[in-house]
Amino acid sequence: MYMDKGIVELHEALKKGEVTSEELVKESLAKAHDCAKECNAFVTIIDDAKGASVSDNLLSGIPYGLKDNYSTKDILSTGSSNTLKDYVPFFDATAVTKLKSSGAVLIGKTTMDEFGMGGLGKTAHTGFIKNPWDKERMCAGSSSGSAASVAAGVYPFATGSDTGDSIRKPAAYCGIVGFKPTYGMISRYGLFPFASSLDHLGCLTRSVRDAAIVTDAMKGIDKNDMTSWDSSDIHLYESLSDDVKGKKLCYVKEICDINNYPDASDELKEHLANFNKTLELCKKIGMSVDEVSVDMKLLDALNSVYVVISCAEATSNMSNLTGIIFGPRSKGDTYVEMMKNYRTEGFSSLIKRRFIIGSYVLQAENKDRYFNNAQRVRRLLVDTWKELFKKYDAVILPVGSGPAKYLDDAKNKDYKNSHILEEHLQIGNFGGFPSITIPNGFINNLPVGVNITGNCYDDACVLNIAYALEGQMNYKDQIAKEVK
Amino acid sequence: MDGYKALIGLEMHCEISKTKTKVFSSALNDYNDTPNANIRPLDMAFPGTLPVVNKKAVELALKASMILNCKQPEYMYFERKNYYYPDLPKGYQITQETKPAPVGIYGSLTFDYKDEERTVRINNIHLEEDAASSDHYPTFSTIDYNRAGVPLLELVTEPDLHSADEAVAFLETMRSIYQYAEISDADNRKGQIRCDVNVSIMDENLDETDPKNWGTKVEIKNVNSFAGVRDAINYEIERQVELKQKGEYDKMEQQTRRWDEDTFTTKFMRSKVDAIDYKYFVEPNIPKFKISSSWLDNIRKSIPALAPERKEKYMKTYNLSAYDAKILVKDKAISDYYEEVISLGADPKGAANWLTSVILGYLNKNELEIKDLYLTPKMLVDLMQMTKDGKISSKQSKEVLNKVLEEKKEPKVIVKELGVSQISDDKTIRDIVVRVLDAHPDLIIEHRKGRNTFDFFVGQVMKETRGQANPSLTAQIIKEEIDRR
Repeated sequence: MYMDKGIVELHEALKKGEVTSEELVKESLAKAHDCAKECNAFVTIIDDAKGASVSDNLLSGIPYGLKDNYSTKDILSTGSSNTLKDYVPFFDATAVTKLKSSGAVLIGKTTMDEFGMGGLGKTAHTGFIKNPWDKERMCAGSSSGSAASVAAGVYPFATGSDTGDSIRKPAAYCGIVGFKPTYGMISRYGLFPFASSLDHLGCLTRSVRDAAIVTDAMKGIDKNDMTSWDSSDIHLYESLSDDVKGKKLCYVKEICDINNYPDASDELKEHLANFNKTLELCKKIGMSVDEVSVDMKLLDALNSVYVVISCAEATSNMSNLTGIIFGPRSKGDTYVEMMKNYRTEGFSSLIKRRFIIGSYVLQAENKDRYFNNAQRVRRLLVDTWKELFKKYDAVILPVGSGPAKYLDDAKNKDYKNSHILEEHLQIGNFGGFPSITIPNGFINNLPVGVNITGNCYDDACVLNIAYALEGQMNYKDQIAKEVK
Repeated sequence: MDGYKALIGLEMHCEISKTKTKVFSSALNDYNDTPNANIRPLDMAFPGTLPVVNKKAVELALKASMILNCKQPEYMYFERKNYYYPDLPKGYQITQETKPAPVGIYGSLTFDYKDEERTVRINNIHLEEDAASSDHYPTFSTIDYNRAGVPLLELVTEPDLHSADEAVAFLETMRSIYQYAEISDADNRKGQIRCDVNVSIMDENLDETDPKNWGTKVEIKNVNSFAGVRDAINYEIERQVELKQKGEYDKMEQQTRRWDEDTFTTKFMRSKVDAIDYKYFVEPNIPKFKISSSWLDNIRKSIPALAPERKEKYMKTYNLSAYDAKILVKDKAISDYYEEVISLGADPKGAANWLTSVILGYLNKNELEIKDLYLTPKMLVDLMQMTKDGKISSKQSKEVLNKVLEEKKEPKVIVKELGVSQISDDKTIRDIVVRVLDAHPDLIIEHRKGRNTFDFFVGQVMKETRGQANPSLTAQIIKEEIDRR
């Protein structure tokens, strides 16, 4: 049993010859099949994956998973959508090329919310994705299969993408680490786009250290992505340090104060109390923690801003899906009919709804009221957070309003007014900020997470704070234990 | 026009042909290839592909902006224009809107129209990507994605033109600018230039600077030749005047029509109410970037002498007539050819004669471009030199040229093959003259009596030399030999 270990331990075992890459791949594939059966975590499992030679690269010979919206040469890449259910790309995403050249071994393509849209793990064309801690519960989304498989111990890491919280929320629900670095640190070339100005690549791991190693391997300026930037002088793994004395953190009163939630459930109360315990740990290791206040009006506008911008960009980004050049071509007497049939049959109703919203907010008569205003509020929110980063190294906030929810919505209690808890991670996408979720406790035997977000290009600082905090808790390298 | 005047505005699309690759993809920007050969994943909109701006295309667009006296932006942005058509696989075109700022805004261009200066205000010029080209057949259509993503400049004028001929003169000036500034071949035959035309009419005696006096704007889409522009404008003016005369003009709504090349008419496409909403927004995959003033300075310095400057040089330095100079600068390739001939040492005036009187006629007649011409500037210079040295007569030189073009052989080879080198040797001619005179003593007597037998003698010499005797030398020797007898 090796797949429950971290990257460095695996690398050492490989180097020492305790185990071969081939054996790791075999174990990983077996677990992947289990996880596919139990959680629906995979669209494709690469059964003929071969072990790779082991070099000094920490990732060499180590199995991993890719979210199915990463373009992979000669390997089915569906984005978990019927519209691409037979699409086999002829080029690799830049991040995939980089992982390949590091020597890591691809085990499978993970299930996700269709093209990243949904956030609950319920819109994949292959069905719901289940949480390995409790199969009746969701992983959240959209990197659901990646989160489930890493939590289930299929391999030490999988890639994700994050447009609103799609790496960081599933990480919390699955009790693992989810990191998206600064916008443009990892090239978006070859990632199926959802909303280009918000889309980030990142990874899901079981430790902050592994997140640093994987991000180091994926990042880099790319001539195919004009928004990528040169990070060759940043070495996240090498610069990891748990000495965070003197670092300044803040949390937002309007989000974290239990008094803001008069109808709070026991779970929410426990979640926020647990968050306060985490703050105490931060202080214990020498960081200061301040409470700051942010205009509630701004926070209330968060989700509208997200919906307007992400839907607008999505409707345009996905206009290339016609089933004519690629994807399963539909029948029809004219090309318009063919496209119409393809899109009507292919997309889930949730996506169609978002296309309509996106189209509506961009229409000439609505554009200023919706789209342009959303851009203005986006800027206000980002400026507010940038203002915080002048004084603080990072903002620390709880993820969601508690542990994973039920897939069957009827079983979920109505959490009124807690929407800001569910939505604030989107600020990290508005500003392109580096943002990491790590597990910080359990509620009813289910994991919950805490998020740390810092200023652009300050990825190392964010990782170090998370690394130090992780060291104070017992959730590093945890594998999902089924609670019932 | 019966008391009306027309206000005409143009949207001129011209492909930039002088970049190595397309405007946002690394596929070659090369027209002359087999269909669907110059394609990268982006051009077919495969998922995950991203646009990368071609700096050279931006540079050439900024150059055009400067020549049109436009204001250049501080930051470069691109916008998405969202609509679907099979020639646009992404489902949107990356282009520029007037806000925030295209490569050029609010400029003007002065040009010659029937030897008068006219000025047209330029609303804006922007850089965008071309769509694929499609051909429609009765039961199917074909699409060639080679053109998808080729850089395209769209120039929008204010309605400052007043006639079809004036509009065409403007377009010809623009074509010349694109060619001279090395922005584009601007070749109509390759479909590199396409126009939309706006036409409205108003009462002749009203003030056209006040938009309130303007008539209803009719836009005519997709006119693909200058002749088409002329015909479409003339047709549309006539159509609108007729509506005025019938009293139906006020009922006409603002509309878009298309030029039908088969019937030579404009056909209704859609009214303003049905205008497409393109849902513009800033292209998120291309970060706005600052245009440095040093870059702009360098671009400005790189603008070469354009047609009007060359024309002036030809008139002042080479003493050409205004007419010849104008002909020579009309097409940059011809002007370049001419300048090369001169740089090889040819007499400017003689070279101009060769081009305007013989070579251009040959090109027109055979529908060729000067780059297709077998005769290189060097060959033309050789031919001129042989004539000047008296090796061949000027009459022979034209014959040689025709053979050069016909048989694609160098002038020296043709001269040798034809055996047409001119005989200018005194002794050779004198011997023949003596023989001819000896054979016709009677005619010498007739000559002395005053009858013109001189031309007969010349003819006989020419006959014996197959026309190669130098005519003036022959005449001189005949005269000498008669006088000696």
